[in-house]
Amino acid sequence: MVRFTIDGRKAEAESGKTILETARAMSINIPTLCYHKALVPHAGCRLCLVEIAGRDELQASCAYPVENGIEVMTSSPRVARARRLVAELLYLRCPEVPRIQELAREFGIDTDRLKERFTPDNEKCILCDLCVRICKERMKVNAFDYINRGHLRKWSTPYRQPSPFCLACGACQSVCPLGSVDLSEITLHKPRPILSEYDAGLTRRGPIHIPFAQAIPKVPVIDRDHCIYFQRGVCKTCEAFCEAGAINHDQKDEIERIEVGAVVLAAGYEAIDPQIRAELGYGRYANVVSSLQFERLLSASGPHMGKVLRPSDLTPPRRIAFVQCVGSREVDHNYCSSVCCMYATKEALIVKEHAPETECTIFYIDLRAFGKGYEAYYRRAKEEGVRYIRCHPSAVREVHGSKNLVLQFPSEDGSIVKEEFDLVVLAVGTRPAPDAAGLAGAFGLRLDARGFVQTHELAPVETSRSGVYVAGVLGGPKDIPESVMEASAAAAKAMSFLAPARGTLVGEMSYPPERDVAGEEPRIGVFVCHCGRNIAGVVDVPQAVEYARTLPGVVYAEDNMYTCSTDTQQRIKQKIDEHRLNRVIVASCTPRTHEPLFRNTIREAGLNPYLLEMANIRDQCSWVHMHEPVKATRKAKDLIRMAVVKSALLEPLYSASVEVNPRCVVLGGGLAGMTAALELARQGFEAHLLEKSDALGGNLRSVKFLLNGVDPQERLRDLVSRVSSHPRVRVYNKAELVDFEGSAGNFLTRFRADGHLYEIQHGALIVATGAAEHRPSEYLYGQHPAVVTQLELEERLARGNFQAASVAMVQCVGACEEEHGYCSRLCCAQAIKTALKIKERSPDTAIFILHRDMRTYGFYEASYREARERGVRFIRMAEGTRPEVAASNGRVTLSVTDDILKGRLGLETDMLVLSTGIDPGEGNRELAQVLKVPLNQDGFFLEAHMKLRPVDFATDGIFLCGLAHGPKTADESIAQACAAAARAATILSKPRIELEAAISEVVDENCDGCAYCVEPCSYKAITLIEYAKDGGVKKTVDVDPGKCRGCGVCQATCPKKGVVVRGFRLDQLSAMVDAALAVDTPVPV
Amino acid sequence: MAEETFEPLIIGFCCNWCSYAGADLAGVSRLQYPPNLRIIRVMCSGMVHPNLVMDALTKGADGVLVCGCHPGDCHYQEGNLKAQSRADAIKLMLQDFGIEEERFRLEWVSASEGPRFAQVVTEMTEQIRELGPSPYRMG
Repeated sequence: MVRFTIDGRKAEAESGKTILETARAMSINIPTLCYHKALVPHAGCRLCLVEIAGRDELQASCAYPVENGIEVMTSSPRVARARRLVAELLYLRCPEVPRIQELAREFGIDTDRLKERFTPDNEKCILCDLCVRICKERMKVNAFDYINRGHLRKWSTPYRQPSPFCLACGACQSVCPLGSVDLSEITLHKPRPILSEYDAGLTRRGPIHIPFAQAIPKVPVIDRDHCIYFQRGVCKTCEAFCEAGAINHDQKDEIERIEVGAVVLAAGYEAIDPQIRAELGYGRYANVVSSLQFERLLSASGPHMGKVLRPSDLTPPRRIAFVQCVGSREVDHNYCSSVCCMYATKEALIVKEHAPETECTIFYIDLRAFGKGYEAYYRRAKEEGVRYIRCHPSAVREVHGSKNLVLQFPSEDGSIVKEEFDLVVLAVGTRPAPDAAGLAGAFGLRLDARGFVQTHELAPVETSRSGVYVAGVLGGPKDIPESVMEASAAAAKAMSFLAPARGTLVGEMSYPPERDVAGEEPRIGVFVCHCGRNIAGVVDVPQAVEYARTLPGVVYAEDNMYTCSTDTQQRIKQKIDEHRLNRVIVASCTPRTHEPLFRNTIREAGLNPYLLEMANIRDQCSWVHMHEPVKATRKAKDLIRMAVVKSALLEPLYSASVEVNPRCVVLGGGLAGMTAALELARQGFEAHLLEKSDALGGNLRSVKFLLNGVDPQERLRDLVSRVSSHPRVRVYNKAELVDFEGSAGNFLTRFRADGHLYEIQHGALIVATGAAEHRPSEYLYGQHPAVVTQLELEERLARGNFQAASVAMVQCVGACEEEHGYCSRLCCAQAIKTALKIKERSPDTAIFILHRDMRTYGFYEASYREARERGVRFIRMAEGTRPEVAASNGRVTLSVTDDILKGRLGLETDMLVLSTGIDPGEGNRELAQVLKVPLNQDGFFLEAHMKLRPVDFATDGIFLCGLAHGPKTADESIAQACAAAARAATILSKPRIELEAAISEVVDENCDGCAYCVEPCSYKAITLIEYAKDGGVKKTVDVDPGKCRGCGVCQATCPKKGVVVRGFRLDQLSAMVDAALAVDTPVPV
Repeated sequence: MAEETFEPLIIGFCCNWCSYAGADLAGVSRLQYPPNLRIIRVMCSGMVHPNLVMDALTKGADGVLVCGCHPGDCHYQEGNLKAQSRADAIKLMLQDFGIEEERFRLEWVSASEGPRFAQVVTEMTEQIRELGPSPYRMG
């Protein structure tokens, strides 16, 4: 070690290090333009001059190795004068270069005066040599070098011609401090920017990158296809920059063998390449983007931070056209991608939120807003001014000059109009994942004709191989809620399959007994992390440690190179012991990633894990104030002080736990309820299935055939017999719920069945109470024998007593209307199903389907195509119109306004079939009150989160599936039922549930029972109670620890400090505020 | 201290699930913003008592920033909406206390919005720098 001083501070460095490197490690700023960590020092720019006591000449600190005993001065008047002169010379050489202008400003140079006195050169290059050196030293190419001498010296490629040897790697361009290198002057090759996959090609990225903002683990990867080292064996520049020495180019892919009992495949999908529709201009016209690119443009983490700017000129587009079905519903992609209509609607609405004056036009074939809540969303978009035009544009043309785009489409009156747009968004569909075929091959699975993994009929996540399950779009196009349901369903199937082995590979953690710190004065230990250079490169860590030692209660403080390393963990435990610490502060990175680790460390040293507090001095300090070391150090000290005062107020917390009753009550004995009960029983849990009617089966009893040819009745019989005979399923018919109480793990349900009153203690509840076919009151239903509903037609077809030469079907009866504002999802496919059945029985029967949008999503699209091919006639009703129906001698006449012909059509048919929607279950409102769970505005049960928690209620332990959640197909009901079983099993499989420790606590002496906090609690965890106290009645509130999640809404609502959240108590937060304001470390001038 | 060296001190309350994560992401992405904010982590923006905000402002903080999840994204269903209704009440109190409305902000920042977080902090710091020190600031 070499010891010397810099600016009067003691410094030490390994022999061979330069003064500049040592100074930087001490957060002493020395300006330089030609220094680069990975290159041999050049001492070319002369900005880094420093003075060494006793030497006549100033020295370039970037090239001067440290020596024992020298006294270095980095900011003496002599140094300042010399650097200023250098800056002036650099300015005179390159007065037009922004970086040099900035430098002149930093040095306070009067540039006008300088230009009056001297004639500037107007060069772009200061001959710092970085570009030449990196090409020579690192890339080993030396594609260019210096020519000429003296003031004519400059760099050039051989013969001043673009070099054929240049790799076009761009290193020279990236190191140039002035941004003056133009790669195209150097290379004969075409520069190939690496396009960011995450930004769908809209931005560029480096060969080392974090693939996306929320990657787990969030560490960079080297892209071997683009890294010069992996391509040419040179460079390795990154190694010089990584302080942690984490880069290892010799790392090889390892093949790991893991023995597993089941496999879930969820490899997703690929967006269809919009270039397959070449006429729409993608790839040719700058302002035609794919919907994924547009999604990135909208995103706050996207290329322009959420500002929508069109690619050609980065101006905000005023008129945006969305073209639907790009690559979907084609002969060779004979399915609907199911998500594009809604994402386009969402994108249009979000643009309008950003910039309300934007005009959004969506060109569509059928608007398929079939999901829960989607019709209302679609309606909202129309109200907000999104224009929907039913047309699939045949071509997009670019306007020369403006790069605007022109689309042709028929107007309201049928004439063809041309309209100009600033941006066109192509709504690309989904296709099987690129490696679907490879995966299927490796696992021995069958693919369907479209390339998706084939699943069983009425067994949505099961593949052709037992023990292998598929979830999400790998099995077919679907939206987020259905994907999430399938994911849980696949987990359920795997858990059933592996039930006997449950828990056999789980190990137990053991800890030493916990030290009782009650009554002790705070003895706080502070551990400040360098995080290599991540923190210490900006924040003066030793100073922060010194400061921490002065804070009240702190008995020990130290700094660590990496506080999270295994040896430091040991050290922390040792120091806790040595100094009898009873609070620990770690000042390092974010508690979001590292709190569990450090909590575990202090727990291993016998401290309660909640006696830890973290100060985030990296992610929220050194990384965001990299150029302000003094202020960052001050902030780090403030953050440490805030953590110290809070820690003094910390107390040990203990999470209560409740014993779990490993049984589940399932309400509803239809397809969903039976499936959920059976799935739970297979997993080893007791299921009590309550059916309100006298038989199992629900709506499935009315379904006589399915589009895929499976006999649903046979499946139903099979399911009923398996449910009835399973030893762990108990079925109660004619069951009637009496009451329900408790919390997750510990519910109590009372119900009546067959004249008995039952009382069951259980850990979870599944609501599968179903829904009903809408009974219409219009279109002569119930008045004319020829008018029937779809289910009645199905019944007739199944019995074989169908006879009609002509049939008309009317869609959306009791759906998508004023009083039924939602789409019932099934009716379009149902109409296609019965129409095809009729065509199969009597091909000559004429069938007319009167519809609005045909919402045959996913693979139903193929059946829709088949129906058209078989001659079923589809008549689109003009928007806002309904057919008029009249009786005519045993037949029915219809009059309808055709949307395409723009005129009235008259039909007379033998039969009128009403495709009625689905009504929410009659008892929903009452049941919702008993269970204290919400309904949506349409009367279906409301899940905790529409996309991410589609089978959970917000109340823990209660789950939802089937038609009770909303209209869905049998397959979808089964998937959701399995999902509900899987979610319930997350509770039932544990012997006890650990409750959250940092939850609300009532301070009885402050609480006067005003009950302000009761209503705002989203979890209904607070109740008002009364008890006898001092001869009177005291009102207070009570928190149910089984329900409270610790959000603290009660704490912020209470005017009397009567309820607080442990670990985030008002006095703790308040102390932090006071500490933040107690600024006693003024910025040194 | 001369007027031009005024450095605002802003207290931030960030919810654990979205905005604290967004602030972390700003760091991971090395987005630079002024070092005037002191973040206090809370579990939910709905946990921040109006008194905490008012206390901070009357004890000398130049600004208070409360950040939560975007509407619909709240980890606790709708704590953020509760925070929003309180924000309206806080604004009324600010008037009574003679504190400029700009000194208090409620912003939605998701876990993926590092750039937005940096932008909000930069904007607010600059805005308060222009307003000058809090009328309640000591010394």
